[in-house]
Amino acid sequence: MAQLGELERSIMDALWASENPLSATELQEYLEERARETSGKQLAVTTVLTVLSRLEHKSLVVRDRTVRPHLYRASSSQADHTAELMHEILGSSTDRGEVLARFLGSVSPEEAAALRGLLDQTRDSGRSA
Amino acid sequence: MIASTIALAVLAWALAWPIPARLSRAHWTSRAPRTALVLWQSIALTGGLSMIGSLLIFGLSAYGDSPLSAGDALVRETLAGGIPDGATIFQVGSLSFAVLLTGHLLLNLTATFVRTERQRRRHLDLVTLLSDPVPGEPRTRRLDHPAPVAYCLPGAFRSVTVLSDGLLDLLDEDELRAVLEHERAHLQHQHALVLLSFRSWGNALPWFPIAHLAETAVESLVEYIADDQARTVVDSHQLASAIALIGSAGAPSGAVHADSPARDYRVDTGVATTRIRRLLDGPPPLEPRVRIAILTGAILLLLLPLTLLLTISLVA
Repeated sequence: MAQLGELERSIMDALWASENPLSATELQEYLEERARETSGKQLAVTTVLTVLSRLEHKSLVVRDRTVRPHLYRASSSQADHTAELMHEILGSSTDRGEVLARFLGSVSPEEAAALRGLLDQTRDSGRSA
Repeated sequence: MIASTIALAVLAWALAWPIPARLSRAHWTSRAPRTALVLWQSIALTGGLSMIGSLLIFGLSAYGDSPLSAGDALVRETLAGGIPDGATIFQVGSLSFAVLLTGHLLLNLTATFVRTERQRRRHLDLVTLLSDPVPGEPRTRRLDHPAPVAYCLPGAFRSVTVLSDGLLDLLDEDELRAVLEHERAHLQHQHALVLLSFRSWGNALPWFPIAHLAETAVESLVEYIADDQARTVVDSHQLASAIALIGSAGAPSGAVHADSPARDYRVDTGVATTRIRRLLDGPPPLEPRVRIAILTGAILLLLLPLTLLLTISLVA
């Protein structure tokens, strides 16, 4: 499972790095080059195709079916995806905790200031204990 | 069956208002968060069962003298396309309402569950693409972001704990262990499922003020439970210091969510402050015999509506 995730990741990285849509063979060549540099594993084109269709299913990749071979590009930039992720993590009050459990929820500026005062207290008692 | 209808209705009322209102103000809950969480679940479940039960029994009284024979008659009459002679509109209405309410609650639970699961999967996809595994810590990933955040993403098969670079830079080793153990506790005890059930209850009954009160109380309780587990591996001070550090590290909420409505925070009752106070100079845990007494009460409470139903079936 984790390995498939890493494959998806290297393909997405390649698509994000590329300015133009890429075909599966171009992607495979690109990844092969990368693998040679980092002595990673070689990938078969069929594996690349499998991972691409998984990514398409997750709407992370858009496939252009009007041309042969099919061309693939990332559905959004890496920055947009990061923004989406961070929005969900830092969450607003309405969708608070719906999906994930944060160690500490949002803290108001006033409480943050008060916590700074408490910090000395945890430190002091911690060190002297 | 009228007596049991009234008994169940009184129980439903007590569990819908006075009892949860008092429990949400009680101070002992932070001294025994696990016990309190069981009690909240028992109150919610028993409250729902008795509310539906009282409506059902009242409606069924038109069909027969005992719930079993009445249920049998209900199926026969309904299949034949009629209602029995002498059934009042209140009885038929109460029966329909019981069925609708049950359906509403179950559908809402399912919808909340499906929606959350879909969001969770999407989130996991993105996390996998945008973060790196942490060597030596299974199912833990680090996210390249300066805001200090830590969270766990529970999943049916795969769960993952995510730490940001900002967090790793901020905390020392012990503080980090405290955070990891806190998140592990949430995953181990299936807190996500408990929260989801209470949240769905609140969504299904928005006009029911107590549902929101219960949700807030349960949210604090699961944090206390996770804190208590974290302080079994590190000193309370280290955990408290992790909370204070993350909370005071220019909490990103204000900057990132300038658009979110201003919330009514009171500084000394904020969750972070309450958790730190509890860790540093909170009262000792509740005595075991008191906890056992409360647990027994919670279980007996859950058995009460079932016992009532059984008794009238046997007596009739």
